[in-house]
Amino acid sequence: MEEITALLVSRYNYWAFIVLMMVGLYGMIAKNNLVKKIIGMNIFQTAIILFYVSIGAKKDATIPIIEHGHHGEEVVIKAVDYINPLPHVLMLTAIVVSVATLGVALALAIRVYRQYNTLEENEIKSQLSEE
Amino acid sequence: MKKTGLIMVIVTGILLIAGTTEFPDWADPNSPASSHVSPYYILKAIDDTAVPNVVSAVLADYRGYDTMFETAVIFAAGLACFFLLRQFNRKRAKTKMYRHVPTGIIIDIDEGGKLPEENSNFERIDSQWTPYDLIIKTTCRIIIPFIQVFALYVIIHGHHSPGGGFQGGVILGATIILFAISHDLRTTIKRLSEKMASVFSSMGVFLFAATGMLCLLLGSVYLDYSALSDLLGTDPVMARSHGILIIEIGVGLSVMAVMIWLYYNLSSAGKHNEGL
Repeated sequence: MEEITALLVSRYNYWAFIVLMMVGLYGMIAKNNLVKKIIGMNIFQTAIILFYVSIGAKKDATIPIIEHGHHGEEVVIKAVDYINPLPHVLMLTAIVVSVATLGVALALAIRVYRQYNTLEENEIKSQLSEE
Repeated sequence: MKKTGLIMVIVTGILLIAGTTEFPDWADPNSPASSHVSPYYILKAIDDTAVPNVVSAVLADYRGYDTMFETAVIFAAGLACFFLLRQFNRKRAKTKMYRHVPTGIIIDIDEGGKLPEENSNFERIDSQWTPYDLIIKTTCRIIIPFIQVFALYVIIHGHHSPGGGFQGGVILGATIILFAISHDLRTTIKRLSEKMASVFSSMGVFLFAATGMLCLLLGSVYLDYSALSDLLGTDPVMARSHGILIIEIGVGLSVMAVMIWLYYNLSSAGKHNEGL
């Protein structure tokens, strides 16, 4: 019992992201509406962003802005005092790019709607097979 | 389909959760992700670039190529949205609808009729039911300049506090989108045309690439800002700090313009009428 509790406490963040990721994946697989699929993709991306950010965390560390003396005094820098900046950099660009790709995906959905007058996947399929 | 999908998702989820038992503990300082390259960034950022915010330093200097191409991706997304949606030669509506703002009366003007003057009490609308809300319009008009000043602060002060080009650019773009939501798209396009948005977005990417090219021409490698030290009149370390600022401004410009451009095309499906 003790071991299970320890495992739960030390890993529950990853489990939360996996649940979120699976919600997004289910949306992409099972939903019939194209916009719902796109939103599922976005939820999936959000889960990955959260996962990366949580990788960067360190216990008892602060944000990665280095303390520095303004008048030339020496400040000792220790890597354990600051959280890992690299995942933050990667996700910073990934967030903006995910918004941009969401925009392109929605634009494609609008084009599909203009062509077939519907966003439901099965209706588009039946229209395609009629041609 | 739904049942198979659910089963597949549950199986994948269980496999992934089983995989996490091999992961390092949450917030473990000795985890593999935090023990190879990241201590170097934390220890050397100030000596190398004179930028205390390590995220900015890594974003614009150590990983400059990555950021440059991310900006190019965003620009490409704006372009793709434009080419997918924009409609130029659509049929013009025969009658134009105008609303007299103080009374709320809607008039239809046939083709060839006399159109109301600009800045009069008349407002062009596209659908019969278009809400008009004085409180929202006034509040947004007052609040937008303050948000924009904050966005500029986020870009300029990105060296010393959380912030930078991406964040500031998104906030700037959001102010214009807020204006477009609270008023209508036509008014917004009059203030900041689609042409300006496209020029700004390409200018941001150009600023980034041109700074890198300038470093190349001054005899260093691409995106090595220390080559700009003679041009800026500072020592090489400080030149990197200034170089990062130039890059952040380029990124902010590009991100802002692309957010606005995407909104213009998505909210009106490429027609650029009154929008949402």
